[in-house]
Amino acid sequence: MSHELLQTIWFILIAILWMGFFFLEGFDFGVGMLLPFLGKNDVERRSIINTIGPHWDGNEVWLLTAGGATFAAFPHWYATLFSGFYVALFLLLVGLIIRGVGFEFRSKDKNPRWRSLWDWCIFAGSALPALILGVAFANLTLGIPINANMMYTGNFFTLLNPYGLIGGLTFVAAFLFHGLNFLNLKLTGELLEKTRKLAPKGWVASFVLLSGMIIATLLITDGYTKHGLVAIISPLLAWVSLLVAGILLQKKREGWSFVLTGISVLLIPVIFFLIMYPRVMVSSTDPSFSLTISNASSSAYTLNLMSIVALIFVPLVLGYQIWSYWVFRKRLDTDPEKFHY
Amino acid sequence: MDPVILSRWQFGITIIYHFFFVPLTLGLGFFVAIMQTMYHRTGNHTYLKMTKFWGKLFVINFAMGVMTGIVQEFQFGMNWSEYSRYVGDIFGAPLAIEALLAFFLESTFLGLWLFGEGKLPKRIHLATIWMVAIGSTLSAFFILVANGFMQHPVGYVIVDSANRAELIDFIALIANPKSLLFFWHTISSGFTTAALFILGISSWHLVRKQGDQVFKKSFTLAAKIGCIALISVGLAGHSQGQELRKYQPMKLAALEAMWISEQPASFSLLTIGDLTGKKEVWSLRIPYVMSFLACNNFSCGLEGVNALQAKYEREYGPGDYIPLMVITYWSFRLMVGSALIMFFVIFYALYLLWKKWPDKGMKWLKWMPLVTGLPLLANSTGWLLTESGRQPWIVQGLLRVEDGVSPNLSNGMILFSLIGFTVLYSVLIFADVYLLAKFARIDPEVEVKEPEEITPLISGAGY
Repeated sequence: MSHELLQTIWFILIAILWMGFFFLEGFDFGVGMLLPFLGKNDVERRSIINTIGPHWDGNEVWLLTAGGATFAAFPHWYATLFSGFYVALFLLLVGLIIRGVGFEFRSKDKNPRWRSLWDWCIFAGSALPALILGVAFANLTLGIPINANMMYTGNFFTLLNPYGLIGGLTFVAAFLFHGLNFLNLKLTGELLEKTRKLAPKGWVASFVLLSGMIIATLLITDGYTKHGLVAIISPLLAWVSLLVAGILLQKKREGWSFVLTGISVLLIPVIFFLIMYPRVMVSSTDPSFSLTISNASSSAYTLNLMSIVALIFVPLVLGYQIWSYWVFRKRLDTDPEKFHY
Repeated sequence: MDPVILSRWQFGITIIYHFFFVPLTLGLGFFVAIMQTMYHRTGNHTYLKMTKFWGKLFVINFAMGVMTGIVQEFQFGMNWSEYSRYVGDIFGAPLAIEALLAFFLESTFLGLWLFGEGKLPKRIHLATIWMVAIGSTLSAFFILVANGFMQHPVGYVIVDSANRAELIDFIALIANPKSLLFFWHTISSGFTTAALFILGISSWHLVRKQGDQVFKKSFTLAAKIGCIALISVGLAGHSQGQELRKYQPMKLAALEAMWISEQPASFSLLTIGDLTGKKEVWSLRIPYVMSFLACNNFSCGLEGVNALQAKYEREYGPGDYIPLMVITYWSFRLMVGSALIMFFVIFYALYLLWKKWPDKGMKWLKWMPLVTGLPLLANSTGWLLTESGRQPWIVQGLLRVEDGVSPNLSNGMILFSLIGFTVLYSVLIFADVYLLAKFARIDPEVEVKEPEEITPLISGAGY
């Protein structure tokens, strides 16, 4: 295969890793954000955590793999992005750490203050990464100051522009609604009634924000001028999916509502990736300073090697992750009589 | 202050924290898998209790290892962007493969193991914990492949037009002798760490006469496996001496604080340098021993620091090619010293087994919980030696540390994250030790219920 083709394949593959991450970790970020508000007592909170208990760690690996794949396939992208978004990534890491430790530690002590502390860590550790990722993706597409040496010359506050913040809030709202849909399928009893009541509100918030983000994206970024109608396809699909998800929710078709919200969430990274292509980081300083799939990429040898590895192992990983969801497909029993810690 | 120094401190602190947890994960995973296998084979409930008891400690420790590990995956880009650009074509591959092969495996199957009891057929449930242990081992392998490249770069060419090193031979990269020896050493240390952890905690219970069956069995298993693992650590370490002489002679000379070339080379029992750390004042040495450590004979010659410095200056231009000797010299001695104490501990444990728990020997048992710290000391000082002995290189002979750092970072930014990580990790380690200590003291006879009574959901919440 030619080097150019390999670069495009790896651009797509990294987009796929992000899609997997958004779909999977999207709902467990949502569940994490809802935890302290939805769960009014310890049994309820434990039930909520148990819906994602077997899965959250595996879901998170999609992010790590996206990071690792970016390093292997596009070292300059990895280097510029990670050093440039330094403070944002530090906060993202803090979020992920307190969240992961929270899941494992919170039930290991009976003290209510201990548990409540970790529950809030799970909340913050779910909300913060969602927000930061939204801000980051929006800025990647919008363009940020990058000089001729592929060095980011802005700072943390450069990222907090209105469009970046719309991106961040949209991610938070979309994950919240995705999480509510997931809980609708997983919970029983009073908790289920609560999530069913909340779901329409979650839909309104995510639908309004997604619409706003799509309009802003098409107006502010160079997606439409660069790609024409192609840039509109994925936002339109994401928008329609979320719209239909809302209608299905109204008709109590919760399974389908989850699926369609999932498709919408999955399409969010596609919106950005399609606009960026063939760039991977847009420079606002000078378009010719942008990082592209060709100037940021690894050698053909490494891309070939990684393609073989991915070809073998991505289907394998998908296989056992799907199997794991199959094993835990049933609704959770939330009868406190059967609870032990 | 200087961004290079700050970034080095951050990397050092975060990776040492990370490596407090990793070796225990590597070893304890297999111990738990073996215990569950024995339960599966014999149906003896003592093994089930063992699985649950050690499994809980495994999970508490695992969480910290994973969470502190995420930082490592990001930090190369965050603080060492020029390094990532220069060797990313090579170094990125094992990191991505590690995520794809190992991280997915261990995290997905840990979820299945924790929550799958009663939902999965028993054999499949047993297989899941083996998958977790294999996943951690694969993770160790690929990250050590990456590290091996930094110590002894292989399988690459320098492409001037792209101003970077590029991979040309993946097989050479993963078969790097440096990486293979690291892997051998690290896995053996992982088993040793877990063995001493089990010995220490089991002894604590045996002294208090609780959970006698569980802890005698655990103690026996740990003493036997620990013995093999510790011998294996020693053999791996010895082999590394020879390969240091070939690939990183400066590190070898520095760990001995050997300024002047010697033939045959002596081993330093105690060397005192002057205040600059660049000159020897006095030393007490055993002849021939260093030749044996480095070449397996008693006659070979070793180049001293001064000769190597002169040689590197000719080869790479003017500069200071001598690692910080205080660290290399003392970390080597602390590592080997703690390993020697571990040998005594294992001998003592085997003696108790051989004599069938003699009353006279049991009085020392109360000191055993202290030895759980020894592997931590050896693991940390071992890596301190390996990484500080590589200075001033970030990739031996290819790229210097100061040329690898991210150019866009201000001191304030790094200081912010450095303090942030240090404070966060310190709080977490406090919580982690609190939990480990709490669950290590629980009497397993009281804690564990029979599997029949456990409905599916509960077993998940129960771990």
